Amino acid sequence: MSQAPTTVMTNGESGESHGSYASYLIGFVISVVLTAAAFAAVMMHVISPGATVGVIAFLAVVQIVVHMVFFLHMNGSSEQSWNLMAFCFAVACVLIIVGGTLFILHDTSINMMSR
Amino acid sequence: MANQATMPPLAETDNHSHDHHESPVVFGFWVYLMTDCVLFGTLFAAFAVLHNQFAGGPTGKEVFELPGVALETGILLLSSITFGFGALNALSHKKGGFLFWLAVTFVLGLSFVGLEIREFTHMIAEGNGPDRSAFLSAFFTLVATHGLHVSTGLIWILVVMFQSLGAQSFTPRFMSKLTCLSLFWHFLDIVWICVFTFVYLLSVV
Repeated sequence: MSQAPTTVMTNGESGESHGSYASYLIGFVISVVLTAAAFAAVMMHVISPGATVGVIAFLAVVQIVVHMVFFLHMNGSSEQSWNLMAFCFAVACVLIIVGGTLFILHDTSINMMSR
Repeated sequence: MANQATMPPLAETDNHSHDHHESPVVFGFWVYLMTDCVLFGTLFAAFAVLHNQFAGGPTGKEVFELPGVALETGILLLSSITFGFGALNALSHKKGGFLFWLAVTFVLGLSFVGLEIREFTHMIAEGNGPDRSAFLSAFFTLVATHGLHVSTGLIWILVVMFQSLGAQSFTPRFMSKLTCLSLFWHFLDIVWICVFTFVYLLSVV
């Protein structure tokens, strides 16, 4: 395990996969706006509770995508295809776990009259 | 040495994108993060099932204080870009800037954990600890798991800062460690988006 290679990842042409000051700032500003919108939707009570739930869930999904693009530097490039595949698999697992749990236990609690 | 054996086949097939590839170490760490994603998914599922089981105890509306949560969120968001600035300084070998931004990130992360501990002790002092109801058990398990991850990240930041002082600063090996930490830190931010939306805001709606 020698330390011989002194060449380092350069920012050169592949800079986009590491982001830049501008991309971090853009991501940050968008995130702050989305976060503020979500808190405002809940704290100001201007829309109905049902609509509020929909709005904050939507804002969360948008913000997750913003974070993945601007902070995790995910993109469709071929060097990221394995990362993307692992990510899609994990998301599928999570959807099955969360959706399946809610579906099964909602039915259970209704039939057992626990609420 | 071991790196050669663990290179994914991908690295040999696409050679059109200069010769910059995600290292196998980073890809392996990414796979770990995805298992973490599944772990948090199960905790969110548990919370979703139990979030109405108050057992006569307080509801989320009664125990959660949104201004505090907003402050925690702001701190964590800010720490994401300060970490990004640190990573950019590392890429251009500016050790001073790197140490400065990582120190800022550390302080922000520490304040986040501090605020969270204060919130927890406050709730427990009022008798609303994890033993009060299924809702609170699920809440403490989920949010404290995230807090534990952030605390681990804080230790890791200190380790990386310390290592950057030595001979191995900004070598490829060091940079791949930094990339892993960067993924970890930004990933925790994404988990927190789900926490403040589906735990705090949804309980207060």
